[in-house]
Amino acid sequence: MNASALSPGAPGAPGALRPRRRWLSRRWAPYVFVSPFFILFAAFGLYPLLFSGVVSLFRWDAAAGLAAMEWEGLGNYAYVLQLGDLELTQVFTAAFWQDLVTRDFWRALWNTLWIGVVAGLPQHLIAIPLAVFIHTRVGRLRNPLLAIYFLPFITNIVAIALVFEALFSPNFGMINAVLTTLGNWQLGGVAPLSAIFPTEPVDWNRPDKVPWVVAFVVWWRYVGWNVVLYLAALQTLPRDIFEAARVDGISAWQQFRHLTLPLLRPMMFFAVTLTLIGSLQLFEEPYVLTRTTGGTGQVAETSAMYLLKTAMTDGDFGTASAIAWLLFALVALLTWVNHRVFKPKD
Amino acid sequence: MSVINRRRALAGASSLLLAPVAPLARASAQTLAIASFPSFDDAVKAAVPLYRKVAPNVTLRLSSLAYADHHAAMVTALATGAGLPDVIGIEHAYLGRLIDSGGLEDLSKPPYDGLSFRGRIVPFAFAQASRRDGALSAIPADLGPGSLFYRQDILAKAGVTEAQLTASWESFVEAGKQIKARTGTMLVPNANTLLRVITRSDVPAGEGIYFDRNDKPLLNTPRFEKAFTVAREVRKHQLDGKFTRFTNEWAEGFKRGTYATEMAGAWLGGHLATYLAPNTKGLWRVSHLPAGAFAAWGGSFYGIPRRLPEERKRLAWEFIRFMTTNREMQLAAFKNLDAYPALIEAARDPFAEQPIEFFGGQKARLLWREAAARISPLEVNRLDPIAEEVSEKELDLVLESGKDIKRALADAQRQVERRVRR
Repeated sequence: MNASALSPGAPGAPGALRPRRRWLSRRWAPYVFVSPFFILFAAFGLYPLLFSGVVSLFRWDAAAGLAAMEWEGLGNYAYVLQLGDLELTQVFTAAFWQDLVTRDFWRALWNTLWIGVVAGLPQHLIAIPLAVFIHTRVGRLRNPLLAIYFLPFITNIVAIALVFEALFSPNFGMINAVLTTLGNWQLGGVAPLSAIFPTEPVDWNRPDKVPWVVAFVVWWRYVGWNVVLYLAALQTLPRDIFEAARVDGISAWQQFRHLTLPLLRPMMFFAVTLTLIGSLQLFEEPYVLTRTTGGTGQVAETSAMYLLKTAMTDGDFGTASAIAWLLFALVALLTWVNHRVFKPKD
Repeated sequence: MSVINRRRALAGASSLLLAPVAPLARASAQTLAIASFPSFDDAVKAAVPLYRKVAPNVTLRLSSLAYADHHAAMVTALATGAGLPDVIGIEHAYLGRLIDSGGLEDLSKPPYDGLSFRGRIVPFAFAQASRRDGALSAIPADLGPGSLFYRQDILAKAGVTEAQLTASWESFVEAGKQIKARTGTMLVPNANTLLRVITRSDVPAGEGIYFDRNDKPLLNTPRFEKAFTVAREVRKHQLDGKFTRFTNEWAEGFKRGTYATEMAGAWLGGHLATYLAPNTKGLWRVSHLPAGAFAAWGGSFYGIPRRLPEERKRLAWEFIRFMTTNREMQLAAFKNLDAYPALIEAARDPFAEQPIEFFGGQKARLLWREAAARISPLEVNRLDPIAEEVSEKELDLVLESGKDIKRALADAQRQVERRVRR
């Protein structure tokens, strides 16, 4: 074999050990590899965030283009909060709070908190015992059962709204059909159940019922999600502690109360934080269930719906951005409070 | 006829219809982007085969979003100049907002000849698309001349005549009571429809429905008080079923004969015959609205974004001209999509004189033609959606919670004044 038969890269060939020229130096390669996230985050996360902060200080009808922005300072925040003519000295009277919740932003916030508590609290109060039950008592059927509980969470909200609309329809709905059938059920010429069940169709669109219907749908949708979270946490708990407890003759209730609940604390913090953020951003369920209106007297108009209305109906993107930042401040505050409540004890 | 069949029929008819139209030959293939919403987008879908004959090098690309989403997307697109289509479909409710934004091209100035359409398009619709300064921001394509649809069989059973139903708002409510008492049928699906009709009648010239020329809200006026009072009467006597439009319940009510009348644009005729209540064929009739009211329910327009390159604008304008002033196209949409034409010559076609089987052979299109001619132009205002929302919500409080009408109107006025502070 002569030298000319050697390929340039073959061992022994002149220059075979010369390293290939790198297009990217060792020093910069890691940064380039992680850059896609930062580029995408800057473009689609950080920029809109900062832009909305700037917009919140301007008057701006977006349809008129960027050139139409006019400096407003903190005027949008003052307009949203509507605190100008409130008697702050009366803060401990009922009249003060009644007056406050007639103002758009505060009414929407009150609705959001109300639905958040009425829908959110039972999610955890039911999900924890349910998860413990599934963890300790359900064997082979655990996964199918879990899938059924989880199903509402992954179902399209529009489909959910259509189904619930059909169920709660005052005139032709199934819930009213069942309730009135029970209410009018005759036994020996009298209707014994009429005291418990309605005899006339219930109008679920009444302002005193709409928030309950919305809260029920929200609860129904997210309880399965919380069951999955708590079940995941339960599966990681050390078995030996529970075995030791059993050996010591500790009852099931005592185990639940003094072992399971304290050990679930970190997951409770996580799950409650998610519920808190989700509740404060609640939009889809009330929006589709009330057909975008929020119901009579806007009893189910949440802060996020109010934000959208301000931007799209009023064409006031500055004020809408101010609402978004006020909500952000509230979410941050409540998450901090939640952390104080659930933080692991040293 | 199903939508697909209708489109097929339209495609078949196109070869005959478009023979006299000279093709707009272009050197290179181009794509025209149109953004629209259902069911106005049906007209664009139907135009595809027709327009290919007129402009063989132009491919139409339609993007369609749900009604509210489409208009929100257009607001954003006009704001940023990004993702702008060449042609924007606009529904009447959003017209004021988009016109006043200044984001749409003025079609009254060269190279456009929009003003030459003035005598050819129904006057009230043409006026709506014009700004106070004379700029023409959009061209009307279809309209919804309002009429009263009623069930002839239910009226006959109740011993109520059309004249009783339409003489005045008071007689309308009285007739409703009689219908309810004798047949158990409701008068209307929802009392809130009356707000729309009554507030659109007797509007003084130069004023809008909700605002005067100086943007002062007009909610605390006798016009609104009358509307609120009649609606409250209807609800008080349980003559409506609180049905929300375009819900399954509302549709079901038509099928079951739950209500005797409904007030809407001419388009309801097509909806009733095709999917709402085909089973009630021959039972419905059409009349003018009660109390001599003439009002429009919606109407659709085309506009061109101002920020487009000149060449795209020219291409867009050719398409809008075709959609709005081509007699064959307008007539095709009228015949096959039940879109009442904005073009007067299309509405004058002998087709309009044909009896409609669904309405028991009544020549309903003649009635709509008369209504379209008698609707007075109303000033549109970019703040209309705010006032509309507030007035509907205050009426809802009157109907549902028994709020005092005078207080509701005063509250409505105050809320609108607050929200339009800009």
